[in-house]
Amino acid sequence: MNGTQRKWSGWSWWYLLFAIQFVLALWPPFYNKAEPYWMGIPFFYWVQLLLVIVAAVLTAIVYFATDD
Amino acid sequence: MQDVNWVALTIFVLLFGFITWLGFAAANWRKGDLDQLHEWGLGGRRFGTIVTWFLVGGDLYTAYTFIAVPALAFGAGAIAFFAVPYTIVIYPILFLVFPRLWNVCHKHGYITAGDFVRGRFGNRWLALAVAITGIVATMPYIALQLVGIQVVVGALGTSGTGIAADLPLIIAFVILAAFTYSSGLRAPASIAIVKDILIYITAFAAVIFIPIELGGFGKIFAAVPAAKVLLAVPGPNTTGAYGAYATLALGSAFALFLYPHSLTGILSASSGHAIRRNAAMLPGYSLMLGLLALVGFFAIAAGVANLPEYAAGFQQFGNNFAVPALFLHSFPSWFIGIAFAAIGIGALVPAAIMSIAASNLYTRNIHREFVNKNPTDKQEAQMAKWVSLIVKLGALVFIIFIPTKFAIYLQLLGGIWIIQTLPAVMLGVYTRWFNDWALLVGWAVGIIAGTTMAAAVNLTPTYPLALGGFTFPGYTALYTVILNLLVVVVLTPVFNAMKRRTPIDETVSADYHA
Repeated sequence: MNGTQRKWSGWSWWYLLFAIQFVLALWPPFYNKAEPYWMGIPFFYWVQLLLVIVAAVLTAIVYFATDD
Repeated sequence: MQDVNWVALTIFVLLFGFITWLGFAAANWRKGDLDQLHEWGLGGRRFGTIVTWFLVGGDLYTAYTFIAVPALAFGAGAIAFFAVPYTIVIYPILFLVFPRLWNVCHKHGYITAGDFVRGRFGNRWLALAVAITGIVATMPYIALQLVGIQVVVGALGTSGTGIAADLPLIIAFVILAAFTYSSGLRAPASIAIVKDILIYITAFAAVIFIPIELGGFGKIFAAVPAAKVLLAVPGPNTTGAYGAYATLALGSAFALFLYPHSLTGILSASSGHAIRRNAAMLPGYSLMLGLLALVGFFAIAAGVANLPEYAAGFQQFGNNFAVPALFLHSFPSWFIGIAFAAIGIGALVPAAIMSIAASNLYTRNIHREFVNKNPTDKQEAQMAKWVSLIVKLGALVFIIFIPTKFAIYLQLLGGIWIIQTLPAVMLGVYTRWFNDWALLVGWAVGIIAGTTMAAAVNLTPTYPLALGGFTFPGYTALYTVILNLLVVVVLTPVFNAMKRRTPIDETVSADYHA
């Protein structure tokens, strides 16, 4: 039981996955372009929506990795 | 305004009738003693992962969001999409901070952020500042939910003069007030499930069928003026629209969880575990919000702004009418009823949670602290019920008698104010290093600077910060909370050196873990 508590409270290197989300999401030069289009949707829009899914997967990985 | 759409109106009223019944019936759901504040105001902290998912989703993604984000895309273009990075960064924050806060609140019976700050820093004036900021920031937010109802009811074609014009809104308010009073947080929790299902149906119908009607996404984006499709590339010596976009996303994300209604939703979960699981599951809503932002572009492509039948609506509600007009234009009557009910019910859920959160704050951190120090459980719960009525009545009066744009301005200022509680609440979860009076001074500096800066840019969200020949246009809330933190960090050693008696921290580090 003590072991789990430690994981709950302390730092985990898995949290660095959150940093990836922050940087990708908050760096507009990375996605502020129209090309390439996907189904007629400019890059700016579809890549940010894709990023939502990527972020959800990363968060889920952190959840499973830091939890038992 | 166009004629009354009877089919749509009938479905709308039937769905409203259903959730009214559900709101009252919810009092018996996971039954608890509603004469206790944590039962009425937090649903007895009994909601598991799934209910928390619906409740927090229904709480954070409000009807106003669903109207205003597409409206911003419709009017201003790409900048509106900041809502997407915003929803990406909120979940790590939820994951890292709130399970700890849930644990400490559960251990000590805290119901509000003010309770936590009072216990952690032992300063009732700091707790008072947190409570007042929460209440003041929440009021215009409730008012904006009522605007959401106003817009869809207007779009259904009901109209009248004088009191008749506001009658649908007053009816919606009475329903909301009554079931919140009788069932507490259980009412919005049960209604949130219906609301979210309706919203998902509407959102998917909108992003699948309307593009087909309009001839595909290629045609839609071709119809959008080029300047609106992407962010303007910043010129020399400024971060331009890029800085504005990123700071709006980050600042709004920090502000979100400091709002009292967010905390109420989160604290009603049955464990810190349920919150962590939700941080991984809630992005389902983010995707929907992003797709809905695109609906603003559909409205441009459909040309609804130029159709004579919607002219009166646009005149009355401005760009907020874009989504309702598009739905009227694109959907059959029966589905318009469902879509508008989704928005209307979507307004009731957060409005109920917000009023509960505001009354918890008043009851715990103002009334109990300064008026009646030893209330019985029953007196405390009764006080909260009455305050929830007063808060909603205030919002209703505001919307009926004061132009909508003031509610929008106040909501903007509310975001700048609420973020000033970040050092005490969010960082307080991790550290007790800050001096309580330094936190209070930092809070005051942040509020004053934020209000002044917002006034200087005519109550728009971004302020062009000039530093050494560079201009950084960015979200005022984020800039001022950094200033607030600097003040706290500088003053903490100063105040500590003045050897004031350091108040006792009633929490210990083990309280923050499961």
